[in-house]
Amino acid sequence: MGMTIKEIQEEIVEEFSVFDDWMDKYSYLIEIGNDLEGFEEEYRLDTNLIEGCQSRVWLHGELKDGKIHYVADSDAIIVKGIVGLLVRALDGRTPDEILENDLTFVEEIGLKEHLSPTRSNGLVAMIKQMRLYALAFKAKQSS
Amino acid sequence: MSIDIQKIRKDFPILDQMVHGKPLAYFDNAATAHKPQQVIDAIDEVYTTYNSNIHRGVHHLSNVCTQAFEDARVKVQNFINAPHSHEVIFTRGTTEAINLIATSFGESFLKAGDEVIVSQLEHHSNIVPWQLLEKRKGIVLKVIPINDAGELVLDDLDDFLTERTKLVAVAHISNALGTINPIKTIIDRAHAKSIPVMIDGAQAVQHLKVDVQALDCDFYVFSGHKIYGPTGIGALYGKEEWLNKMEPYQGGGEMIQTVSFDGTTFNELPFKFEAGTPDYSGAVGMGAAIDYVNAIGLENIAAYEQELLEYGMEQLSQIPGIQFYGTAKEKASVISFIVGNIHPFDMGTMLDKLGLAVRTGHHCAQPLMQRYNIPGTVRASFAVYNTKEEIDRLVAGVKRVSLLFA
Repeated sequence: MGMTIKEIQEEIVEEFSVFDDWMDKYSYLIEIGNDLEGFEEEYRLDTNLIEGCQSRVWLHGELKDGKIHYVADSDAIIVKGIVGLLVRALDGRTPDEILENDLTFVEEIGLKEHLSPTRSNGLVAMIKQMRLYALAFKAKQSS
Repeated sequence: MSIDIQKIRKDFPILDQMVHGKPLAYFDNAATAHKPQQVIDAIDEVYTTYNSNIHRGVHHLSNVCTQAFEDARVKVQNFINAPHSHEVIFTRGTTEAINLIATSFGESFLKAGDEVIVSQLEHHSNIVPWQLLEKRKGIVLKVIPINDAGELVLDDLDDFLTERTKLVAVAHISNALGTINPIKTIIDRAHAKSIPVMIDGAQAVQHLKVDVQALDCDFYVFSGHKIYGPTGIGALYGKEEWLNKMEPYQGGGEMIQTVSFDGTTFNELPFKFEAGTPDYSGAVGMGAAIDYVNAIGLENIAAYEQELLEYGMEQLSQIPGIQFYGTAKEKASVISFIVGNIHPFDMGTMLDKLGLAVRTGHHCAQPLMQRYNIPGTVRASFAVYNTKEEIDRLVAGVKRVSLLFA
């Protein structure tokens, strides 16, 4: 804790900068995917499901002490690896922080292709959903 | 006659390129096939020498263009051995052709409670148009099941065909599994009860010789782009006795005889079903693709693709944990598989990095995936320009990716 979203993104970019070959990069992504924890089966609800054409993502968000905690999962490991990075960047942040920061690291580490709408892996919708959680919790807080 | 694959490959300029630093090996032919230079040139020639709106034109270019369009129709006619060229309707593709039949045949012949029969292995294009009719007219859609190998189970077909059955609509070849369905059997048994049959030939015409008269099917539909032709063009063959009795699909130019606000009379076949300016350059390209396939010979293509299929199955089956979907005895050059519990998306993403283009996912056949209880498969589908060396690369790639996820 203590790091800003910007700093975490920089940290991720730094981590990925050591890979000069796509195979190593994807191996690392697979590792992150395999290690991603925190998603309990109770969250595997249709209401948490983001249906991609190729793969599926589940995302659940909760507000605790003014901060949003995300847990997420995917049936495809590469997607799950990216999901893990997205959660790492935004988990435990206030709604305002989440809404103020753009997720630039995905492009910087060369995974932008996975966020193109045509990949239909659920990731684009997942980012949108993470922001919607922030918007909803923000509205709730101020009401 | 044997065919010279290296010579054929040179006809396809797109094949000669690097993807992610690796030579492209394209195994997504069931989605769309690449175009030989001959097809590209034919389309180019339309626009550089005789482009003009067809029919009803009195000037020279219009006549040349009309002739080229109608020549293409005759090429399609001969290609599937249709009795008459006016039984060949140009459409945007297989999907539009099926929608045309669902709409026009449905409008003219289907009432609430009438049944249309499809199968479990259909592409969404041969499911959803009928579901729309379920909603619109209250028809009933019935589904022929498949066995684990991906073959249609026809034991109960005669019970399936009831007095309320008005149409059977099945794929000639499954896009996801490669199964070649026994359509002649289905057609004969349906006809024994005077039920017409539509065949979705999108995956078939590029792999085997289709003779609509020998089959005696009532409708046969296919796309240009899967048979080395351009996208946006396809053909619908229908027996004229049906087409004449069917309502038009869309209204507009070309499909009319006379128009007045008191009433409009429709043009004769095939124009009745071709509203608006048709895709004549696409039709010419499709005609060129048919010429191309004819020059190589469909039987040569079929024999070579079967060789690739056997080789691919043999080599891939050595990969630990590989599970094949679609192991029918009669099968086209499509291999659908999953390795262990590796998600098809993961496999496809990594193979892409190796320059290997496969299709992953449900292949627009979700009911089929539900039958196997899987999210999708990895599908490698071969065309005449694929080689055993490419298959070796695919096998090596699948092995390498499998280790990565192990």
